Amino acid sequence: MIPWVQKGLLTGIKTTGYPAREDASPGVSPGLPLGGEYPEQQASSLVDRCPTGAITLAGGQTVVDYRRCVHCFRCTRGTAAPIGWSPKYEWAALVGEGAETQRGLGRAFQHSAHILVVDAGDCGACLNEVKQLNNPYYNMHRLGFFITPTPRQADILLVVGVLTDQMRAPLQKAYDAMPTPKRVMAVGACALSGSVFGPSFVCGSGVGDFLPVDVAVPGNPPPPLAILHGLLVAVEREPSTALLSPECGAAQEARMR
Amino acid sequence: MQSTDSIEKSGGRWSDTVPAHLDPRYSLRELECEPRELVSVCYRLTSEQGHHFAGLIVQEGPSVLELRYVFYADWPSGWTHVLVRQLPTNRTFPSISDGIHAADWHEREAEDLFDIVFEGHPHLGDFVLHNDRWQENLGPMRPGFDGRNPVARREPDLHWQPRRIVQAEGAFAMPIGPIYSGVTESVQFLLETVGEDVIRTIPRLFYQYRAVEKIAEGRATEDVLLLAERFAATTAFAHALAFCQALESICGVVTPPRACALRVLLAELERFRHHVGAIQEICESTALVVANNQVAILEEELLRLSCSFTGHRYLFGLTICGGLSKPLEDADCHEAVNQARGILKRLNALEKLLYDSSSFLDRLEEVGIVQESDARSYGLVGPIARASGVARDLRKVQPYSGYDSLTLDVPCEQEGDGYARLRVLFAETKQSVSMMEQAAAALSPGPVHATEVVIRPGAALGWVEAPRGAAFHWLSIGEDRRVDRYHLVTPSFSNWHGFHLAAENFAFQDFPIILATFGLSVAENDR
Repeated sequence: MIPWVQKGLLTGIKTTGYPAREDASPGVSPGLPLGGEYPEQQASSLVDRCPTGAITLAGGQTVVDYRRCVHCFRCTRGTAAPIGWSPKYEWAALVGEGAETQRGLGRAFQHSAHILVVDAGDCGACLNEVKQLNNPYYNMHRLGFFITPTPRQADILLVVGVLTDQMRAPLQKAYDAMPTPKRVMAVGACALSGSVFGPSFVCGSGVGDFLPVDVAVPGNPPPPLAILHGLLVAVEREPSTALLSPECGAAQEARMR
Repeated sequence: MQSTDSIEKSGGRWSDTVPAHLDPRYSLRELECEPRELVSVCYRLTSEQGHHFAGLIVQEGPSVLELRYVFYADWPSGWTHVLVRQLPTNRTFPSISDGIHAADWHEREAEDLFDIVFEGHPHLGDFVLHNDRWQENLGPMRPGFDGRNPVARREPDLHWQPRRIVQAEGAFAMPIGPIYSGVTESVQFLLETVGEDVIRTIPRLFYQYRAVEKIAEGRATEDVLLLAERFAATTAFAHALAFCQALESICGVVTPPRACALRVLLAELERFRHHVGAIQEICESTALVVANNQVAILEEELLRLSCSFTGHRYLFGLTICGGLSKPLEDADCHEAVNQARGILKRLNALEKLLYDSSSFLDRLEEVGIVQESDARSYGLVGPIARASGVARDLRKVQPYSGYDSLTLDVPCEQEGDGYARLRVLFAETKQSVSMMEQAAAALSPGPVHATEVVIRPGAALGWVEAPRGAAFHWLSIGEDRRVDRYHLVTPSFSNWHGFHLAAENFAFQDFPIILATFGLSVAENDR
C-alpha cells in the first residue's frame, strides 16, 4: 500500500485550471472550423467538400453549423484553400426554451448537480470523453458535478449517441423517473443532428426529435473541456455560446433550426 | 493441406468435386458448392485443413441470394471463401454452426436481417431486432427494404419474454441495463441466479443498432469511410484502415511506402491508447483508486498526444483511400514516438506496482476463465483469445500494410483468467511502442498518398488486427461506383459471443471485473 501512497503524492497536481483559467495545453481539443467571409470560389468549394452539410452559404457569409460538424477535416486537408480553424473548446449552448431566457438549471444547483449518463447509440468516443471528466486532469468533482447511477437522483440527463429505436423506451423511462427541475444535455454531433447515421429506419436526427434538449455540446466527439463547459452552462456558471460560426442574427438562427 | 497447384492440376476442382476459382493476387480461392455439400466442405476446411472461420457475408441481388463463408489459414496460405447460391425465393440453407460454433451468431444475424432460415440452428430470432419492438421476418437488409424512412407498419410481439436457461427451484433472472451505473454503454445482462452465485449470464445486445451496413448501401465510398470510422470510434483508425484496404484492393491502388509505415505507426498508437484505457477500466473495476487515476492520467496524455500529433484525439479523418490525408513530418513522428516511449516507461512502473498488490491480484486471478478449447471453438479473437492460449494475430498470420517487415512477438498466456488478460494487455503495449519505433525508423521520404485513385466496381475483403482483435470489412462496389454491400465482422461481435463462458458460476461482485477484463465495445458489436 505504501508505494501507491508515495506514487500518488509524487505525481503532484495534474488538474486543469479551467474554468478559472483557459487551458492551452496541446491536444486538449481538436478545434472546430471557423465560418466568416471567404472568397466566393473558396466558399462554394468548402460547401461542396463538407459531407454532412455543416457548411452553408447565407447572406454572403460561409456559415458553419457546429451541430453537424463530424471532424472529417475535409475543409482543411487536401485543398489549396483551407477554412479557418478555432482551437478553442467552449462550444456548449443553451437551446430550446433556455435559449430565449438564457436560464439553465438555476442557482441552487451551482455547487452540486448530479448527472445520469445515457448512451443512446454512441460510437464509444463521446462516452470515453465523458469518462475522462473523472480523470485527474479534469476532475469534475471539484466543481460539484457527480455521476449518479439512478435517474431518481439525477438533475441532468446527459445523452450521447444518435438515439436508436431500441433505446427510446429505456431513455423515456429514465427521463420520466427524474425529479424536476431537470435538464437534458445532448452531447456530440450524433445526439444533435444524427451526424452520418440519421435519419434512417432505426434512428432520427438526434435526441431532439424525442426529448426537449436544453444544452447542446457539439463536437465529434466533444473533448472533455467542451463537455465540462456544457455542464457549467447548464448550471449557469458560464455563458452560453453560439452553435453557428460566425454568430448570426436571431432570425437566421431560427431559420437554421 | 491441398495446395493451389493441385487445384490447378485437377482442372479447377477442390478435393476433385467442388468447383474452385483462384485469385493469386490476394491468395484467395473461392469454392462454389451446393447447399447440401456446404456443411461437409466447411467442416473439412476447419477440422482437416486448419482454417479459421472469419465471417458469413450475405449478398442478395434480384436473381440470386449468395452466402459467402470466409475462412483463413495461417500465412503463407491465404483465404478460402465458400460460396453457396440459391434463388432469392428459396431462403433455406443448412446451418454450419453445429460443427463450427463460431458461426452461431453470424447465422442468427443473417436470419434476423435477411430473413434466411438456417436448418438445424437451435435458436433463431430476437437477435439484432428485438422482438418486443420489431416484428420477425422484417428482413431490413433485403434489397427491397427502404432503409431511409421509418417502418410504417409494426407488429412487435408485446408478450415477448427473455429466454431462460437455468431451470431450478428458486431460480430467477436479475436484469442489469440497458441503462446502468456509471458511464457505460447500453447493453442488458440477464444474470440467472439462485441466490448468491450467478449461474449463467445472457447478454442482450443491439440496443445501439444503427444499421450501418444498410445505410452504407448506395452511398459514395468517401461517405461510407465516415461510417467505417465512426461506428466504433474508440478504435476508429483500425476500422477506417480495414475499409480503405478493401477499397484499395478493389481499385488496384498501391499505397506509397511512407503511407504504409505511417499507418502502422498510427494503428499502434491507437492500440497503445486503447489498451491503456482497458487497463484503466480493470483498475477501476477492482476499486483500486490510486492505480485507476494513475493509469487514467496516462490515457489522457495519449489522447492529447494523438491530438497534437494528428489533429484529432481519436485519429479521425486521417486514413483515406490511397494513403493518408495529412503529410506527417519526420520530426513530428519521432517526437510522438519519444513521448509514447516516455508514457510506456511510466506504465511499466505501474505494472510492477500492480503485480505487487495482492489485494488487486486476488480479484483477478481465476476470475472469468475461458478455456483454450472454448476459445478455439467459439472463434474468439484478439487479446482475449491470446490470454487463453490462442496465439493468433492477423498482423502475423495475414500481414498487411507492411507488418511483415516488422518484428512482432505475439504475447500469449495460458490461464485464460482475468489476470492473464491483463498481462496480455500490458505485453501488447510494449509491442505496440516497439512497432511505433520500428515504423518511425523505417520512414522513407516520399508522398503519403497515391497519385491516382479511380473507384472501380468489384468486391474485396479488408482486414486488420484492431486493438480488440481481428476485424473484417467486406466491401462490394456496384457499376454506379457506389457501395453495393458493406459487411462488418468486428472483434467485439466475435468475443461477445463467448462472453458467457467467462461469466458462469461466479460471485456477483466479480461481474464488473469479468466485464472489464473482457474490455468489449458494445458499439462495435451493434454497428
